[in-house]
Amino acid sequence: MNSVKKLLGYVWMLLAPALICFLLYEAFEKISSAAAIHKANVTLQWVIILLVFTPICIGFFIFGKYASDNEYDHLPESSQEIE
Amino acid sequence: MNIHLQTIKSMSQEKKQSSIAFVIGASSVGTLIEWYDFYIFGMLATIISKQFFPADAGTAALLSTLAIFAAGFIVRPFGALVFGRLGDLIGRKHTFLLTLVIMGGSTFAIGLVPGYATIGWAAPILVLILRLLQGLALGGEYGGAATYVAEHAPAGQRGFWTSWIQTTATLGLFLALGVIIFIRSSQGVEKFSAEWGGWRYPFWISLLLVGVSILIRMRMSESPMFSKLKTEGKTSVNPLKESFGHKRNFKMVLLALFGAVMGQGVVWYTGQFYAQSFIETVCKVEFIQSRDLMLWAILMATPCFVLFGWLSDKIGRKWIMLFGMLAAVLTYRPIYKQFLVLTNAKNRIEKIDLSKTVVSPKKVIIDKKDNTKIYVVQHFDTAYTDGAVFKYTKTDTLQLSATYDPSSSIDSLSTTKLILTHSAKPNVVIEKTMDHSTYWSLIWLVFIQIVYVTMVYGPIAAFLVEMFPTKIRYTSMSLPYHIGNGVFGGLVPFLGTLIVEFTKSSATPNGDVLAGLWYPIGVASVCFVIGLIYLTNKIDKNVMD
Repeated sequence: MNSVKKLLGYVWMLLAPALICFLLYEAFEKISSAAAIHKANVTLQWVIILLVFTPICIGFFIFGKYASDNEYDHLPESSQEIE
Repeated sequence: MNIHLQTIKSMSQEKKQSSIAFVIGASSVGTLIEWYDFYIFGMLATIISKQFFPADAGTAALLSTLAIFAAGFIVRPFGALVFGRLGDLIGRKHTFLLTLVIMGGSTFAIGLVPGYATIGWAAPILVLILRLLQGLALGGEYGGAATYVAEHAPAGQRGFWTSWIQTTATLGLFLALGVIIFIRSSQGVEKFSAEWGGWRYPFWISLLLVGVSILIRMRMSESPMFSKLKTEGKTSVNPLKESFGHKRNFKMVLLALFGAVMGQGVVWYTGQFYAQSFIETVCKVEFIQSRDLMLWAILMATPCFVLFGWLSDKIGRKWIMLFGMLAAVLTYRPIYKQFLVLTNAKNRIEKIDLSKTVVSPKKVIIDKKDNTKIYVVQHFDTAYTDGAVFKYTKTDTLQLSATYDPSSSIDSLSTTKLILTHSAKPNVVIEKTMDHSTYWSLIWLVFIQIVYVTMVYGPIAAFLVEMFPTKIRYTSMSLPYHIGNGVFGGLVPFLGTLIVEFTKSSATPNGDVLAGLWYPIGVASVCFVIGLIYLTNKIDKNVMD
């Protein structure tokens, strides 16, 4: 199971930047293809989405990094292990 | 002697039980009211968009309101940080008392803001600020209440006791729906939707509810575990740094978010918000009926929160939550497809009841601002043998020629004097009142989704509490909870609508109405895999550390 956790860690690490790229691409495409009257609204929507999901994707990358470093092979069973 | 000891023991046990019951009651009432405050805004989004935004931009106004709605959710993680830190520094009790005051005050104030027609752009700006305050307060409330209850609960019953707190979000939704339906039904649509109409009452009622809740909460004492830490001088000096600056704790925050809460968040909002929005705006089920059926489904499913909370004490939290997520992933599309089938007029052609089918005479309304423009409104009521009635209101916009005399009757106008504006397609508004059997089928379909909600949400408070140490528990559990629910969950209606918009084209002007489900399905799938692989099913019996 630990090797699966590690392997999937690499998947999450790849998935995080892929998600950011996908969002950037979608944002660019939707904003540029929006009609002039809706441009401001569409831009606002995508700015909100990017602002919110970029830090989450970074967190997801760090999660993947921890997983690939075997940090989750053993989960703490008491608070002493966390502190 | 033995009998005497047993009596004392049983009396102390009873006292303990009643003290826990008071803790649960007092915490739950406050949290329920905070949820109520937060939800009435979302439920009145359509009216709010009309009142606080320029009248000529329907969709833009709705999206702006949804953006404010989203903003309310997006600031929740910030509220979690601000109040979580405070809760770990000064204590749980005073912190969630403060969040209650902020929430109640800002909700009441929203009900006092004059509309766009009266104060212009100041209206949406004020509403946005108050909405942000609501989000901030909610971000601080839940973590405090869940932590407080869990720290009072006996070991081995933490899932059961915290599950009562878990019912509050759904019951807050229930209360908000109930109050709105009651006021709207007693006032009528027009009075309810006016600038100073009944839609403001739910906001004003909040002041009374919050007042009562504050009085109850003032009688509560501090959490025993936090008090112990404080007496021993072991409270955290910098909860934010200890929660997110140390890898050993931060990795658990990330695991909580990606392995449990993000999936739980999307399942929660899909089952209770997206479902209602879909039934009303896509299936076109009538306003009151679409809300009534939500009330029934919520009422029937709510006991399952306690059931799954209790069960999680016996078999562990992980599998219950993951099963709820998997069931949601596998069945969302069939359930929503069934919503469409049940409410589709094409499936009812055979059953039309001609004796009750009515076509009203055309009603002509002259535009008050532009008297060369008239609207011809006609109602078509199609009744079905099973009792369902579909009401169609068709509005044609006509441009009058310059020779038109406004004092003449519409019958005397020759058609040559009227030119149909080609830019405006006839607007058809549909309102479907479903028959008894279909109504209950819709209730069961929503009920199934809310049962999924109870599976993922019932055990999660206990699950999060057990993940983190007492001295940084409030901060550590609040952030993943509010990112999962506020961002991933709260954005379900917004992103769902947006995804459907993307599928629209000239060939398919309505787009794929089920496409919005790919967002919750995708998020819940990833969360399920992470939870399955990385989470443990072990229950931490000792949360005193």
